[in-house]
Amino acid sequence: MNDVKRPIPRSDEPDTAAFWEGTKQKEFRYQQCNSCNTVVFYSRRHCTGCTDGELQWKTSAGTGSVYTFSVVRQSYHPFFRNLVPYVVAWIDMDEGPRILSNVTGVAPEDVSVGQKVQVEWEEHETLNIPLFKPV
Amino acid sequence: MSSDRDAAIVGIHEYPSRDVEGEVSPLQIKAESAARALEDAGLNWSDVDAIYDAGDGGGMGGLNIAEYFGLKPNVIDTTNVGGSSYEFHAAHAKRDIAAGKAKVALLTYGSTAHSNARAIGVGGRGGPGMHPAENMDAFAGMTLIANYAMVARRHMHQYGTTSEQLAEISTATRYHAMRNPEAVKAMEDLEFLDIRETTISDVVNSRMIADPLHLLECCMISDGGGAVVIASPEVARDCRKPPVWILGGGEATKYPENGGDITTSAAAQSAPQAFGEAGVTPAEMDIAMVYDSFSITVLTLLEDLGFCKKGEGGSWVQGGKLRFDQSGGPALNTDGGGLSSNHPGMRGIFLLIEAARQLRGESTSQVADARLAVAHGNGGMLGSRHAAGTVILGRD
Repeated sequence: MNDVKRPIPRSDEPDTAAFWEGTKQKEFRYQQCNSCNTVVFYSRRHCTGCTDGELQWKTSAGTGSVYTFSVVRQSYHPFFRNLVPYVVAWIDMDEGPRILSNVTGVAPEDVSVGQKVQVEWEEHETLNIPLFKPV
Repeated sequence: MSSDRDAAIVGIHEYPSRDVEGEVSPLQIKAESAARALEDAGLNWSDVDAIYDAGDGGGMGGLNIAEYFGLKPNVIDTTNVGGSSYEFHAAHAKRDIAAGKAKVALLTYGSTAHSNARAIGVGGRGGPGMHPAENMDAFAGMTLIANYAMVARRHMHQYGTTSEQLAEISTATRYHAMRNPEAVKAMEDLEFLDIRETTISDVVNSRMIADPLHLLECCMISDGGGAVVIASPEVARDCRKPPVWILGGGEATKYPENGGDITTSAAAQSAPQAFGEAGVTPAEMDIAMVYDSFSITVLTLLEDLGFCKKGEGGSWVQGGKLRFDQSGGPALNTDGGGLSSNHPGMRGIFLLIEAARQLRGESTSQVADARLAVAHGNGGMLGSRHAAGTVILGRD
């Protein structure tokens, strides 16, 4: 069995800590500017669209689509090498954020660009990881 | 707009070994390459008054390398943007020389990636770092190849590009490598199997590493290094070899954006700056030295450099037109490229070196009467955050 754990994000990274805090409640949080409406993701303290806006936290419905993906068949990472073949993908959430994740619960050959997916939380002690499965 | 005769490459050296078996350090590779490049130019250490360094020797880049070389330069530029650092350095050297800040600029590179068994090309990522983007990405296990593979997948989806078309990049590059004794030795030393010219079918039938990229679409992991000397027109006129003028330069970065297009790279921003400054067009290029970490890197960059329209790269590269002895397109990576000659991690310096060889008439796959070349470096990762440096070179 695979005793090595998936890399767990740090909860003390100043910009992204609030996103990971939200995953404890299985919430996919993102930010939107109350002035220029820019969707900001990954989370930051400043709006990248304007200099005077305030970022508001919002919660995604958890659905999106596969923007692009690859099936990893070779990895030397102590955790991921035991997972091959696995699917890495950029997921476009319906509200706008684009996140790098894995598509799971489906054979790699059944993953496609444009496929509708929804978040599937992988539970960990300190937080939860947003993976995706086909709708 | 600056004059197109501000500065020229006057000295070059490519460190010949791709496997130093742990017996030479990156700093030693840099110093030996520098000495040979200065010798090539007919110059000496004491002539150097500007240092450009990506920090590959460790320490604080330009600070430590000045001490190691025993120099007291007036210009110290420690720009590090990965593999494209050297295209940035060349453009900055032109700018600094044109401004009268320096007369002789030295760029060096050294790496023992192969000896260190550093997994540049195929490894996983480490744990999360403190950059917020890293803290978002690391859990997904995106290997470096998967990063590029996702560009290829989207390119195929959006434009109908095929693996057979991507394979044209690999076969043209290998065609050139087989004519370059140093590339052949590199493949032998790195224990490539079945070293020969390849066919499209060889490439698409090689092992899948990260769909849709196959083994023969991925660069090697070598040791190596090199040096480039750039000088003012006054110095260049007295050098041993004909000057290779830096006619224009451009730089840019790109990173993941919500709703962004992963099939367009930062080259789409850097290339118009470079071609505009040089006053030439892609169609005039005899030589295209384009960073070939993977097949998809080159296809994307050729489009963004303006050789063809976005999305048409697949059909454009078909039919072997990128080979040095074919017409209809520039000769691509005539040294054998990162795919088949030299990739110690930051290949950008070799793009300048081989472009200069072509414009001097010294390449092992020499294009007759080559007059203009573009060198385009891509640093970082094409499918996420990367830097682009475009340099246009020309001879008298």
